[in-house]
Amino acid sequence: MKPARFDYLQARSVDEAVAALGRYGYDAKILAGGQSLVPAMNFRLARPAVLVDINHVAELDHITDGGTAVRIGSLVRHVAFEKPVVDGPLGRLLTLAAHHVGHLPIRVRGTFGGSLAHADPAAEWCVIALLADAEMVARTAGGARSIPARQFFQTVFTTELEPDELLVETRLGKLSATTKVGFQQFSRRAGDFALAMVAVALEIRDAQVVEARIAMGGVSDRPVRADEAEECLRGRPPGRSVFSEAADLAARGFDAVGDIHGSAEYRRDLVRALTRRALEQATAS
Amino acid sequence: MTRWVGRSLLRFEDPPLLTGEGRFVADLADRAAFLRFVRSPVAHGRITSIEAPRGVTLFTGEDLAGVRPVRPLLHREDYRPVDQPVLARDTVRFVGEPVAVAVAATPEEAEDLAEQVFVDIDPMDHVVAATEAVRQGAPAVHDHVPGNVVVDARLATPGVDEAFGIAEEVIEFELRSRRESAMPLEARGSVASFDARSGRITLTSSVQSPHVVRTVIADLLRMPESDLRVVAPDVGGGFGQKFCLAVEDVVAVWVARRLRTTVAWIEDRRENLVSSFHSRDHRYRVRGAFGEGGRLLAVDADLLCNIGAYSCYPVTCGVEPLMAMVEFPGPYDFRVYRVRSRGVATNTCPMSPYRGVSRPVITLAMERLMDLGAARFGIEAAEIRRRNLISSFPYSSATGLVYDEGSYVESLERAADAIGLTAFRERQAAALRDGRYLGVGFSVFSERTGYGTAAFAARSMDVTPGYETVDLSMDPSGYVEARLGASPHGQGLGTSLAQLIGDELGVDPATVRIVHGDTDRTPYGWGTFASRSLVIAGGAAKLAAGMLRSKIAAIAANELEAAPEDIVLEGGVARVSGTDAGVPIPDLARLAYHSSHRLESGMTPGLAAAATYDPAGTFSNACHAAQVEVDPETGGVAVDRFVVVEDAGILINPMIVDGQLHGGVTQGIAGALYEEIVYDGEGNILTTSLMDYLPPTAAEVPEIEIHHLVTVSDASLTGAKGLGEGGTIGAPAAIINAISDALRPLGVEVNETPATPARLRRLISQKEQERIPA
Repeated sequence: MKPARFDYLQARSVDEAVAALGRYGYDAKILAGGQSLVPAMNFRLARPAVLVDINHVAELDHITDGGTAVRIGSLVRHVAFEKPVVDGPLGRLLTLAAHHVGHLPIRVRGTFGGSLAHADPAAEWCVIALLADAEMVARTAGGARSIPARQFFQTVFTTELEPDELLVETRLGKLSATTKVGFQQFSRRAGDFALAMVAVALEIRDAQVVEARIAMGGVSDRPVRADEAEECLRGRPPGRSVFSEAADLAARGFDAVGDIHGSAEYRRDLVRALTRRALEQATAS
Repeated sequence: MTRWVGRSLLRFEDPPLLTGEGRFVADLADRAAFLRFVRSPVAHGRITSIEAPRGVTLFTGEDLAGVRPVRPLLHREDYRPVDQPVLARDTVRFVGEPVAVAVAATPEEAEDLAEQVFVDIDPMDHVVAATEAVRQGAPAVHDHVPGNVVVDARLATPGVDEAFGIAEEVIEFELRSRRESAMPLEARGSVASFDARSGRITLTSSVQSPHVVRTVIADLLRMPESDLRVVAPDVGGGFGQKFCLAVEDVVAVWVARRLRTTVAWIEDRRENLVSSFHSRDHRYRVRGAFGEGGRLLAVDADLLCNIGAYSCYPVTCGVEPLMAMVEFPGPYDFRVYRVRSRGVATNTCPMSPYRGVSRPVITLAMERLMDLGAARFGIEAAEIRRRNLISSFPYSSATGLVYDEGSYVESLERAADAIGLTAFRERQAAALRDGRYLGVGFSVFSERTGYGTAAFAARSMDVTPGYETVDLSMDPSGYVEARLGASPHGQGLGTSLAQLIGDELGVDPATVRIVHGDTDRTPYGWGTFASRSLVIAGGAAKLAAGMLRSKIAAIAANELEAAPEDIVLEGGVARVSGTDAGVPIPDLARLAYHSSHRLESGMTPGLAAAATYDPAGTFSNACHAAQVEVDPETGGVAVDRFVVVEDAGILINPMIVDGQLHGGVTQGIAGALYEEIVYDGEGNILTTSLMDYLPPTAAEVPEIEIHHLVTVSDASLTGAKGLGEGGTIGAPAAIINAISDALRPLGVEVNETPATPARLRRLISQKEQERIPA
């Protein structure tokens, strides 16, 4: 469990980092918090020829309230979200999720952007990004582009990012003030990657659900939205039976993936239970 | 008079460990070259070639052809010895088996080199599960053991079929305990250092039994034992995994001799999970015949233990099936018993004893039998146990074991009181009306400890452990040194023994140094395992200290012109009882060495004594009670309360005892709910990191409430019984019974470990599907 040989570059700016990516392409890996990459290197599952360390790129460490969206620099550590980073339901949802991210030492080092770029389907931030219809901003030496979350996550550990692109910022769409949020997950032990997690955002006006968003993680090859369950909730009064109906739809609405900790069928059982609970949690708050 | 025994002294061992001053093997690898083992990626096959890049220092089984294979022996007709080459030659038998070893200047380079070695293996048919290995036509792991049964032991009392014939109820079930790793915090490792001046090798290794390791390595390498010194430095846990011989240690010594240098092997976590010893992996079929009122009449059991690809040295792979067979009845009084117990070879990592050794599983089996019986008879779980527990002593079991005095029924009553069983049943019923599933589970068990030579000889072991010797001396300054063959590695034995010796000699335990873990400095002994050290090394320490006390008293009597029997040693002074006349003990020590002309004639100079103790063994007992809540939708289990009522006789250091119970129960909870080594059908391990192999953390372990009972038995010289394994033995049954109690309204009974959320959910959903929709 010692890494294979690699070279190390320390970037001082985004320009330096993307220049290095442009030069080394597939041979390079960005080192942010290192909480997934370094173990993978020790297991020799990852063998980058060059590590590009962005920990000293100050411009990536920011949280900016941009009106309709919150802009989160890629180097913001998980621990920053343990308190609301923005007023309103989005800040609350981020807080609910933050406590499930690994353990404290992991939260202190691991980064928001690193988690998204790593694209573990059981990562909390991937699920939140999908729920919040995030836009990912990717930079190359030549310019920048914005990638919607639904397109960004492709499959396990695979994103839309090209080898010369650096994820510099994520723009999370704010949730309206009348939105209620819930977040539920189930893991084998505290701090483990979830076997399933469900995030919900319900906008309720005049005792009717006017907008519903449900995102699930840990159950498929990427984070997924429960489109049918969301549709079933819209226009209906919140309550136990409609929540159960939505939970059943959510449980059926994805390509389930099993592993040694639970079969695909078990993942569906979890999603059913967690969706209903997340909806109840949201409306109870 | 100050008594040190019974006081919760802070452990003398802890300050260095807590301040980073501990010295583990990996801290002692300065200037060593590093070994990296090339391991088989195939479960079963013939090695056709091994190719290494030019310039790599690589040794293979062919290079080590002169090394004897490891051949653990039982002298039993029903045991088939199997050989294990220290590096595989010709045939590999499990994924992870060492095939070759690369040597390089750093661990990184050694790993680089090892992964460039190409081992070409022709795969052969393989078998992973014991249930498959015993089927007709299964691939043979060893050619000379068709059917793969390495141990096939049977035992039967008269009257079994008759008892089942007259039984009011017969309970039959299958039980499965999956494979675990002992998972010591520090993985294995060693540094082997050749000394050109003396020609000796010093093997510094993370082991539990340095003397045994020295003997076997010298045997295998055909070298004089005196040319080898084995040192166990600080050892970060063993739990049995480090009691059995690591073939890697043999290779390390061989390479160090061959290259005339110092080499280190520091096992990483993945290696430890893949190729260090595993444990458990039992499948049982159990039938119990109950008579009137739930009285257990007879048990008929078929026990299948997966032993992996080889037998472990020195205890052999008989340790699990044979102990399971003989100790199966546990604390229950029934006279009619039939059992077949098999140890079955498979193409998986070999097994070694792990804390509890078969008893976590047999206790689970007996305790499930009790709960299933209680449910059938419609009586309380505690009540059926009351009606069946042994209660008069000494008790001679159906398998011929003699239990010394214990408090089996009392421990149960105390645990039921602590849980508040009656009130709990009311809360349980109320919760069920709200759709919540609470349960309570009991586990009463005996823990046989301090196994002496006779106990191991009964298994017909070629290498028969049992006794321990303590060499004790007081130096001229009055400080005491005790040298042991026992080899503690985290248990706090040094502190406990210092307390015992302190009381015997009337000195402060802080003046007693315990020396262990070095074959050059300690008398031959068996190391630390099987909850033996406090009982056996403690007994030997007490005997040796008694001899030393007599000599000190005799010297004092001579000086004070009193009778030796009137001399008392306390507070560091030898005093004439009932008077002020006394001499500081250090003055007497100085005299014994430097003024020996003043000793009475015929007395040898100096202050030293040695004693050996070899008891028959003693049984601790305990009752564990767990209270859980099961989430039927996720299969998640929350352990809300965990109560231990323990009777380990006299407590030398109650804090250390409680610490043993905390750690033991935690490993029991691990086995009940979390930890599992998973193989796929090809014999690959899927749980190769701590992301997939899941020891519980502080967040998963409840507060453990401990109550002590004290039954003093003369089966132990110090009155102390062993208890190092009890926590791990009792906890799985308590938890599994509690889960079953919670889920009984859904018709679910759980007979397997670990009871993972996915497994529980599957059992629940099977019952949901059987139910007729409303």
